Amino acid sequence: MNQPPVIEIKNVSYRYDRDNVLENIQLSVPKGAFLGLVGPNGSGKSTLLKLILGLLKVKEGEVFLFGTPQKSFKNWDRIGFVSQKANSFNTGFPATVYEVVASGLTKKLGLFRRPGSKEKQAIKAAVEAVGMEAFLTRNIGELSGGQQQRIFIARAIVSKPDILILDEPTVGVDSKNVESFYNMLAYLNQQMGITLLLVTHDIGIISDKVTHVACLNKYLHFHGSMQQFETLDEEDLSDLYGHGIHLLDHHHEHQGADV
Amino acid sequence: MIEAIGQYEFLQNAFLTGMIIGVIAPLLGAFIVVRRLSLIADALSHVTLAGIAAGLYFSQTFTFLAWLNPMYSGMVFSIIGSLFIERLRTVYKHYQELAIPIILSGGIGVGVIFISLADGFNTDLFSYLFGSVSAVSREDLWLICLISLIVIATVYLLYKELFLLSFDEEHAKASGIPAKSIHFIFIILVALVIAASMRIVGVLLVSALMTLPVAAAMRMAKGFKQTIAYSVLFGEIAVLAGLVSAFYLDLAPGGTIVVASILILLLVIAAKKFTKAG
Repeated sequence: MNQPPVIEIKNVSYRYDRDNVLENIQLSVPKGAFLGLVGPNGSGKSTLLKLILGLLKVKEGEVFLFGTPQKSFKNWDRIGFVSQKANSFNTGFPATVYEVVASGLTKKLGLFRRPGSKEKQAIKAAVEAVGMEAFLTRNIGELSGGQQQRIFIARAIVSKPDILILDEPTVGVDSKNVESFYNMLAYLNQQMGITLLLVTHDIGIISDKVTHVACLNKYLHFHGSMQQFETLDEEDLSDLYGHGIHLLDHHHEHQGADV
Repeated sequence: MIEAIGQYEFLQNAFLTGMIIGVIAPLLGAFIVVRRLSLIADALSHVTLAGIAAGLYFSQTFTFLAWLNPMYSGMVFSIIGSLFIERLRTVYKHYQELAIPIILSGGIGVGVIFISLADGFNTDLFSYLFGSVSAVSREDLWLICLISLIVIATVYLLYKELFLLSFDEEHAKASGIPAKSIHFIFIILVALVIAASMRIVGVLLVSALMTLPVAAAMRMAKGFKQTIAYSVLFGEIAVLAGLVSAFYLDLAPGGTIVVASILILLLVIAAKKFTKAG
């Protein structure tokens, strides 16, 4: 019980030039949680992720990773990251699923070492965990957006991180495959014990998968477990969230309050 | 022809060199093509031309430099050019391709100055521009062997880093591998391979041997290792066919090798179309 939270953010504020993007954020991700971090575009979600990952420097407040202050944190291979696919990847690249997942071990293996039989097993296990074992020898470019995103998750978990951070992972995923995509994430969380931090602008569809919710829009408007979140009514949500919230899930008692 | 190879040292040199560059040029070419750096190879080859022209000029003009093999000066220029490209790419962050025309025209400009100083073209320069079956010396061959050892060993040892850098540069940087140093080593390797290949295919056509076999390989390969394997196979076929026809028809091998590569590429594209239609 006394394990420190995987991620703990204390009094963090951040500004680009004069614009305040984040204001006094307190957030903790307990071990084993599946936290949905929700907020509209421009709410500071990506900035917060960059601060956690050390891609931006924390100037005000503190970030702790596994109980260690971020500044002295060294075990970055305990943290897996999956970005919005469209960012950086060239779909015409002639690489097989196996090769892409294997590239997730590059840092862990270190210079000059080549993957041995232990690593080969880890690669196969990671591909199985995301349900893509039938595609091992296919070229990554032949897969659909959702399948590619699963492969990127396999690449992130092949080095066996404790936490996986996902930034809007369903951007390129077909709407009819989104449900099974989140089921796969729930499997990683419940069966493999990986803590998940999922950034999205759409809480509706994940509401029956996540264990915790945080609503961000410059300020942190709500942070708590899913049970607490569900006791809030639509008006509370709109107030908390500033803009109103996209709540379109499978239980139709909530109606969408889109703005 | 096989008898001729047994008889003449220059033919042995040419064929051994051809076999070697048929491996290393497409090997590096596979990384160059997928990283969309094909034009950098072109720019560097033109800088190499400037180095060769400078070497030819100095060795003709100054007796104390008569020993100077233009391959060395070409190599030095090529490496300096690669450093300049990297520098320019950081100076013009949002116009990274601008580095290429700057370096490319700079290379030709300096080259032309040295060529004019040396009183125009001669057969030596011609062989550097378009390759030659007869111009490869034993010394060249040894130097090319050394370069290829360095290239193959480096690619073997840094394979997974080079792969990650090519596939997803951002992820490579974020995951904490020394992406900058790896990229730097890679560009130096490209400069070395250009210097090694120009004796056979010529400076102006080096980039073709690095890109055309890869273009064909990508049409049919599953995965990156297979892409490399097919690229090397096609590169070897092109070099051999090109050298044999250059020898019998008395042509510059640069031309025949490039035409052979293009034929392979067209065949692969046609075969792919055909199998898809069938």
